[in-house]
Amino acid sequence: MGPDLSADRPGGVQARHQAALDEGRFLIQRCSACDRAVFFPRELCPHCGSTALARQAPAGTGTVVAVTTVRRRPEDGGDLNVSLVDLDEGVCLMSRVEGLAPDDVRIGLKVRARVVQHDGRGLLVFDPA
Amino acid sequence: MTTTNSLRGSAAITGAATFGCGEAPGFTDIELLARAATAAVADAGLTMKDIDGLATCSLSAVMWPMPVIEYLGLNPSYVDGTMLGGSSFIAHLLPAMRALQAGQCRHVLICYGSANRSSAFGRREIVASRRFLDPQPYEHPYQPALPVSAYALAASRHMHQYGTTREQLAEVAVAARAWARLNPEALMRGPLSIADVLASRMVSDPLTVRDCCLVTDGAGALVLSRADEARDRPRAPVYVLGSATAVWHRQISSMRDLTVTAATQSGAQAFAAAGLAPKDIDMVQLYDAFSINTLLFLEDLGFCAKGEGGAFVQGGAIAPGGRLPVNTNGGGLSCVHPGMYGVFALIEAVRQLRGEAGERQVAGARTALAHGNGGTLSSQATAILATEALP
Ligand SMILES: [Zn+2]
Repeated sequence: MGPDLSADRPGGVQARHQAALDEGRFLIQRCSACDRAVFFPRELCPHCGSTALARQAPAGTGTVVAVTTVRRRPEDGGDLNVSLVDLDEGVCLMSRVEGLAPDDVRIGLKVRARVVQHDGRGLLVFDPA
Repeated sequence: MTTTNSLRGSAAITGAATFGCGEAPGFTDIELLARAATAAVADAGLTMKDIDGLATCSLSAVMWPMPVIEYLGLNPSYVDGTMLGGSSFIAHLLPAMRALQAGQCRHVLICYGSANRSSAFGRREIVASRRFLDPQPYEHPYQPALPVSAYALAASRHMHQYGTTREQLAEVAVAARAWARLNPEALMRGPLSIADVLASRMVSDPLTVRDCCLVTDGAGALVLSRADEARDRPRAPVYVLGSATAVWHRQISSMRDLTVTAATQSGAQAFAAAGLAPKDIDMVQLYDAFSINTLLFLEDLGFCAKGEGGAFVQGGAIAPGGRLPVNTNGGGLSCVHPGMYGVFALIEAVRQLRGEAGERQVAGARTALAHGNGGTLSSQATAILATEALP
């Protein structure tokens, strides 16, 4: 990972997080006070209240902890996986697993993060690790 | 918690009514609300002029108490518009009890109305506008069918961790339907088997359409009065022995453990305030927006151990004739669910404790627990009610 080019952008942490994704980079926060990882991006640490949150690139590996297939008509895009993924840093996020049929995504699956461009914006998805 | 204990039995529900449950074509939200409110106030032997406290909220209007006050012609000295999703109306109890005890008001009207099923302004538009008004930027891009996908994720985790089966989830829907068949007010009254639930259309795995609540119209209203005022009313008062609310998160991905809800907190606090335990409860009204809810709340409220909800409900255990009557009106799964179900859980508990539940009456019921849920397992509110303000 290169330098945090979006760090100097104006606005709040949500805009900066999305700007990084748009550049193809996935960053999470870590609290300098209590040393815990934070996701989603916040202006203060939800664990200890500190505002000293640094951004860093996570390992990008994690585990599917919950899974559902959203059943949709083909004209609405067809069946879609939605998963909750625990990153190895200890935070949970919603995403989807690509490269597998929705019904084949299982709890316990080890996955790796990848940033894709969707509708002109960066979006975090996962592949089987 | 001594401050909460001092409220034990200090207020009672003196009036209760529903209107337009199921389908009420041609009615607006506030018209439905006004019909239920008028009936509840009359049920309490009061007139609108006696109502000096109001608690209400809406899924679509953020300033909802104002049009309600205007429409009903109220001039309340106590107003609560706290919006915690479907748990709201049960969550409205505790602050209302404090206001009543403080002498701020004498009779609080808790009311709700929604034309969710019949409204011309469709649910698709509401979902679309909520994405702008109430954004969840870290979930919406993945296109979950909210709220059902959030509950489906929790169900997937419960099945993974505890071996809970789709048949056990289906048992919840089948029990709700069996109760609904005894309730003329319920929308869905046809026979329903476990096989029917399993064979119905999958919405968001593992939840089928029969694991999901109805989308109905409906309104419900209650009058909460100070205990000394409640004794003079025409109906037997239903005392609030304990009540508590807990909120842990908003989005499902922020839930620390998908199998444990904030009902563990609201339930423990409500039981402590009431001085009762689950074994003392004659009947339970749970917010069953989805079949998994009933399992989670039976566990979190202490009616069985964590992970044992599936086994607990098997064999018709929560259906008519079972060991614990749960959702005796048919619940959100088969009776009524206009978007926020909590007020109907409370009203069903009142009707049961008054002995007004007709064919579905639980014989000799003296205590009830009513539990509300809001958001995506985000907010939880528990109330423990009884026919007498037990010492
Ligand atoms: Zn911290």
